[in-house]
Amino acid sequence: MAMNMNAKVDRYNRYFSIIRFVVAVFIAFFISFVIMAFSTEHPFSALLNLFIGPFTTLRRFSTVLETAIPLTFAGLSVCVMFKARQFNLASEGGFFLGALTSAIVAIYMPLPPVLSIILALFLAGIVGSLVCGIPGICKVKWNSSELVLSLMLNYVALYIGTFIFNQVAKDPSSAYSASFPFREGVNLGNLIPKTRLHYGIFLVAVFVVFTWQFIYKTKWGMKLRIVGENLKFGKYVGIGTTGIIMMSQLLGGFIAGVGGGAEMLGMYSRFQWSALPGYGFDGVVLNILAKENPAYIPIAAFAVAYLRIGADYMYKKSDVASEIVAIIEALVIVLVAANAFLEKYHHKVITRVTAGDKGGKE
Amino acid sequence: MGDMNSKVVLKAEGIVKVYPNGVVANKDVNLEIVAGEIHALIGENGAGKSTLMKILFGMEQPEKGKIYLNGQEVTLDSPKKAINLGIGMVHQHFMLVESLTIAENIVLGKEPKKNGFFLDRREMLKISSEVAEKYNFSINVEEKIENVSVGVKQETEILKALVRGAKILILDEPTAVLTPQETKNLFEELRNLKKQGHTIIFISHKLNEIMEICDRVTIMRHGVTVETKEVKDTSPAEISSKMVGRDVVLHIDKLPAKKGELCLEAKDLCYTNKLGKMMLDHVSFKLYAGEIVSVAGVEGNGQSELAEILSGMKEKNEGEILIENKRMQDYSPKAFREKGVVYIPEDRMSVGSAERMSIRDNIFACKVDQYLKKNVFLDESRMEKDAKKWIEDFQVLCFSSKQKVNMLSGGNIQKVVAARELTEDFKIIIAEQPTRGIDAGTSELIRRKLIEFRDAGAAVLLISADLNEVFELSDKCVVMWNGKINAYFEDTAELTEEELGYYMLGVKNQSKEEVEKIWR
Repeated sequence: MAMNMNAKVDRYNRYFSIIRFVVAVFIAFFISFVIMAFSTEHPFSALLNLFIGPFTTLRRFSTVLETAIPLTFAGLSVCVMFKARQFNLASEGGFFLGALTSAIVAIYMPLPPVLSIILALFLAGIVGSLVCGIPGICKVKWNSSELVLSLMLNYVALYIGTFIFNQVAKDPSSAYSASFPFREGVNLGNLIPKTRLHYGIFLVAVFVVFTWQFIYKTKWGMKLRIVGENLKFGKYVGIGTTGIIMMSQLLGGFIAGVGGGAEMLGMYSRFQWSALPGYGFDGVVLNILAKENPAYIPIAAFAVAYLRIGADYMYKKSDVASEIVAIIEALVIVLVAANAFLEKYHHKVITRVTAGDKGGKE
Repeated sequence: MGDMNSKVVLKAEGIVKVYPNGVVANKDVNLEIVAGEIHALIGENGAGKSTLMKILFGMEQPEKGKIYLNGQEVTLDSPKKAINLGIGMVHQHFMLVESLTIAENIVLGKEPKKNGFFLDRREMLKISSEVAEKYNFSINVEEKIENVSVGVKQETEILKALVRGAKILILDEPTAVLTPQETKNLFEELRNLKKQGHTIIFISHKLNEIMEICDRVTIMRHGVTVETKEVKDTSPAEISSKMVGRDVVLHIDKLPAKKGELCLEAKDLCYTNKLGKMMLDHVSFKLYAGEIVSVAGVEGNGQSELAEILSGMKEKNEGEILIENKRMQDYSPKAFREKGVVYIPEDRMSVGSAERMSIRDNIFACKVDQYLKKNVFLDESRMEKDAKKWIEDFQVLCFSSKQKVNMLSGGNIQKVVAARELTEDFKIIIAEQPTRGIDAGTSELIRRKLIEFRDAGAAVLLISADLNEVFELSDKCVVMWNGKINAYFEDTAELTEEELGYYMLGVKNQSKEEVEKIWR
């Protein structure tokens, strides 16, 4: 009857979003292939390299995972902030300053390595919170645009960071612009010999589970979702909306900061960033792909990392520019984000599914 | 009407409309409109009336079915096309520019031009006053929309359609926002339009209006047109039973009120809106346990502001509120809830629910802290158990508590709102237009619940523009006009609709002493 029909439509809608995703990816690759065909004489081998490349050696595959770790942190950070409908892009700055903070702790803190690492990551998180908290507090206090403010704030973070780096951490004896080396043992170790894969992968897994639990299973998460879905409704049901918004910005910033710290202690032995790493923006992209669900963010992060490493391999093996991959990435996102994509077909099927239904609107 | 000469001007045949979310709004709709008639379309909310009208006005395209205009098949793929073919529509929510004059609104989009570029003001005034005169609308076309009453706004909408050459006029619940006097006036104008050869499709929930003004009536139920009848051959009881598919009790019996303790006292509440208009002007009253006090009034006279202040959604400028003789310190929605005030807001979509969240999330939005394990984690099994119970109790039609609210019809969304609010631990209910635009079955359910809770000792403040509801439910009644309480009636039963109408329009005002009886 009508009830089952609704359940059927609901189920169908779920299938449809998967189908749409697959078709979007396929079309994106097809267009990319056409572009490749113009820029190389061997488009097939180039495409093969792009796909197979990341799997050809263990080292390459682990590079995919290494790349996915900071992406996942960034995705989670943005996810928590977006859940409150705040387009706060300060994760970028939080990531950068978090990395710097952890580097400074790793250089100077005379503690046993494990304690140093914990302290470094924790302080990195706090710094991330501070950075992302600024647009948040300006929004709830003075209703300023968190989007504009956070974009500008990222540059403030970059130059303050660079200033601090020059003042306290720069190693004058280094041939390139880098900090003093981290103290012995203050790093996230090495999981598989001959790769750079580090224990940060476990940390990020913990954060994925934690974030998902937080958003969907705790009282704060439920309030956060309510406020994000409908601010007025949140106020009406008696939720302290400003508190919830601030909480989500601080937590998002914390995740970004820890992500920066983990990247620094996992992949480097000296701080050497002189520009924003770009993870904050990647975080936005991942949330579009993962539909703002923390459980899908690692998958999206893996996919993006896989594409990027594949591109790198393709670039080395053939004459296709690695920029092609940026095009593929952009095309997938445009198609996934376009709500109306395949909508006509969707509607036709829904009509067919409901045909013969005798239950009316209810 | 039914004679052999009657000519079918508009005909819809086998219309099927499915919305992208899978809602089948029209399943098998057949409608025949005869030239020069006033044709009523009646049905519960979610029966598919609005969808059908949107299709006839070109705003939605049907999946199946044919539309004939004067015997010729037409495709109405945009409102523009419908207008060109002589179909006009007056929406429930007016589409007018507030800061422009009536004349400017009437010609908007097809302004007369001087030298092909400049607006020809004189011609504009001529066009609009001529059309107003032709159809006997007594309005001043040079007045700004923001300064005129709802009735005049509606007349402007009608004139707008007429200037565009509408021969067939669709009116979507035109009387929902009008006072009895304004309604009477509108009916006069509609009869006049009919006399001049126009055809009118009249959508309404109100049976007595259909009986009064319409020639024929088509009843819709669950996306299907059930029947078309001559109004003179039918009765309100017959229409309503066909509409609902069962016999509706048009009157709810209630026990006499048992006045209890003083629950809420408002003293000199004042509120000035953003535009600087004083919406509440020293409003004072008392609410007692076990009584339903209704606030009647034409919309925009401060009732919604009053409801919003009493629920914490807006902050008063002056005055104070005492709950159980204790002065409120904090006027946030949370504080009101903690003191046992629940609120059924007028706008159930943008205030009363988070439409993209599940029914369960909506019901527990204000109860999160009471359903926890270890004080942090949501106790989902207990939520599910109670959600099931309440969904049944409030008769929400759904297949699971996890269904999203935007998949429900208006009436069912309101049931979700009621299920959330009326399961709180409360003493005072502020109900703002609780049955507006929802079907008779749901209205009955919600009204019964309000009376049930009144009998159990709750104080109810009912803000309603629906006079039937005011008469049916309330023990006492106040009227708001121009931000003030201008009348107070100790016993609603002794009141007539006409009498109330005069106070609603501010034609009559009680003296200060009479109103202040409410203090005793």
